[in-house]
Amino acid sequence: MNETKKIIEYSQIDSDRMRINVGPQHPSTHGVFRAEVEIDGEIVTELVPHIGYLHRCFEKHCEKRNFHQIVPYTDRLDYVSSMNNEWPYIMAVEKLAGIEVSEKVEILRVICAELNRIANHELCVATFGLDCGAFTPFLWLFRDREFALAILEKLSGGRLLYNYFAVGGMQKDIYPELKKDIKAFVKRVRETVVEVNNVLTYNKIFVNRTANVGILPKDVALSYACSGPVARASGIDYDLRKNEPYSVYNRFDFKTSVIREGEERHGCVGDSWNRNWVRVLEMEESCKILEQAIEILPEEGDVTAGIPKKVKVPKGEVYAHAESPKGEMGYYVVSNGKDIPERCRCRSASFVNLACLPDIVRGTMFADMIVILASIDIVLGDVDR
Amino acid sequence: METTYYIYNLIANSTTELIAAVIVAIIPLLFILPYALVAIYGELKISAFMQDKLGPMRTGPYGLLQPIAEVFKLLQKEDITPDAADKPLFNIAPVLIFVGSYAAFAVIPFSSYFAPSGLNVGIFFAMAISSLAVIAIMMGGWSSGNKFALLGAFRSVAQIVSYEIPAAMAVLGIAAMANTLNINTIIESQSGWFWNWFLFGGQGGIEKIWVIPFTVVMCVIYFISSLAECNRTPFDLVEGESELVAGYATEYSGMKYAMFYLAEYANMFVAAALITILFLGGWSSPLGDILNGPIWQLAWFVIKTMSIVFLQIWVRWTLPRIRVDQLMFVCWKVFLPISFVCFLAMALARMVQ
Repeated sequence: MNETKKIIEYSQIDSDRMRINVGPQHPSTHGVFRAEVEIDGEIVTELVPHIGYLHRCFEKHCEKRNFHQIVPYTDRLDYVSSMNNEWPYIMAVEKLAGIEVSEKVEILRVICAELNRIANHELCVATFGLDCGAFTPFLWLFRDREFALAILEKLSGGRLLYNYFAVGGMQKDIYPELKKDIKAFVKRVRETVVEVNNVLTYNKIFVNRTANVGILPKDVALSYACSGPVARASGIDYDLRKNEPYSVYNRFDFKTSVIREGEERHGCVGDSWNRNWVRVLEMEESCKILEQAIEILPEEGDVTAGIPKKVKVPKGEVYAHAESPKGEMGYYVVSNGKDIPERCRCRSASFVNLACLPDIVRGTMFADMIVILASIDIVLGDVDR
Repeated sequence: METTYYIYNLIANSTTELIAAVIVAIIPLLFILPYALVAIYGELKISAFMQDKLGPMRTGPYGLLQPIAEVFKLLQKEDITPDAADKPLFNIAPVLIFVGSYAAFAVIPFSSYFAPSGLNVGIFFAMAISSLAVIAIMMGGWSSGNKFALLGAFRSVAQIVSYEIPAAMAVLGIAAMANTLNINTIIESQSGWFWNWFLFGGQGGIEKIWVIPFTVVMCVIYFISSLAECNRTPFDLVEGESELVAGYATEYSGMKYAMFYLAEYANMFVAAALITILFLGGWSSPLGDILNGPIWQLAWFVIKTMSIVFLQIWVRWTLPRIRVDQLMFVCWKVFLPISFVCFLAMALARMVQ
């Protein structure tokens, strides 16, 4: 806290300010985000975010496609955690159409979502390190993410955009070595997390760079409706998997990774280091869920059996949400009884979390701005939709 | 030292002094170019080893031709000068930055039989001429007409100028202990076994043991300061990719960009060579008179210097980058007081002798 205050005092000195465009083509904006930054020497006095460079009219497309055809579009929202994007949409449609799915499908969905969550967090921690200048852990984590993608590829056929979830089931059945692969993957992730923690997370330089930087207080986080790791790092105990256990999450034993006042290892509640730390902790929790899930995953049963040729949806509207790696991902689907939804509104976590950026960036150093942006973990496909 | 000009005299005796001077001046250049290729290849392979990947494999056996391929790629690229650029400055900067690091080679002795110049104030010259890089970076950054480049140049000036002070304190300490600014004499005063190096307190019996911690700390300070002066990670804020795209080099392309990188690698070598000279006994053999012929001296010098270069590469691929205010904090509030204390101790050791 003290450090931030001191920086603001320096900025009281009258001097010329420079307006600088960070992005849309910039190595650290994680896509085509453009931040118009006003800087006073090295201190950011104002940040105006400009979004929309990757807008693909997702919601309008949904009004022209039938319920099955929308699934591939949801893949492309947050393209590093596609499984988690498909799930809330499927949940919404299933809720609306009153479709029940088998236990095997539910558990397989949990496995896919958690594998993708680990892959997403690995990417996020990796790029966060890269934005702080650490190149080596970046490649270690990418190497491991490859194994998650390999498992998902064997399951669905896709490496990034899976189109695996379907209304009433899954597109393909599991393959025989799935359990063995996941066990090996979990072991690997745990080893790499220890390595990365030693090289990056507990590194003195890294802690100095990120701890007490970009503090998002609890009340501000609440007023911006932040969710996911960003909210949990600010001390908000909000994880949909625990708070509103959907699917079969109530059958698993795992913790919500919340940073509470007095429990922080470095820095303070709501700073960039803790946002990253929540992700590191969540990888371990996801590993736990995966281990339990492969124990209870039934071998028998056809996951494709329940998929209807044509989804018959009665008139009505429904909101379904799930915990994506970036936060709360929700779809509000309105149906007028036809096979095409009348409206499909998407609430994406990146977009909502990004809104707090101008507030927490003001008064920090220019280099901190990059760190804060990386710690929020946005994907522009998810922001612009 | 009469043998310093051995090669110069050899050539001058058979031809003219002018030809001898030109040849002696060209020898370091002939060294820098292959060295830069080796260093680039080493950087690629060492980083690959650390990052669990293969590194270059396709270009030649074990990817040995990769640095050459990269140089040719840069040669083929279009040489762009932005409209907003201040053209003369923009074009001079890449040459000037290389001049700075190349000129420093003038006083670096590769062996007791070869130093381009045996200048009496050699170490002072090396410090001064390698600071020319600041001017070149400032010119490049300012003349690019790009805000990122300008910010990078600002940072660079603040960083290099600040870190020269702890580095100069280290040099001053050694100069006090060796009682000279002449590089050859500094190296000679460390001759004999490796415990005579200034890293281990210089010449003297067991009574010098109290000064060893100070000289070791001074060596570490000098190493870190030299990293900062070369703009290497963790001090590469000048060209910090994640913040400033490529810093002062943002607008440069093709061969001009290559010049900046050649200068960076040459600077790395100069910094490593200065550490070798000041703390690791320069060209003198660590084993006393064993293996201490002129050619062996060359080998020792290159081995010692390349080990420091390896250390620089190792640090680069391990540590994250530090922030600009932390950079200044480390320099002014940590290194400067510690280097003053070490300097006092080293001067005291000289007085006691």
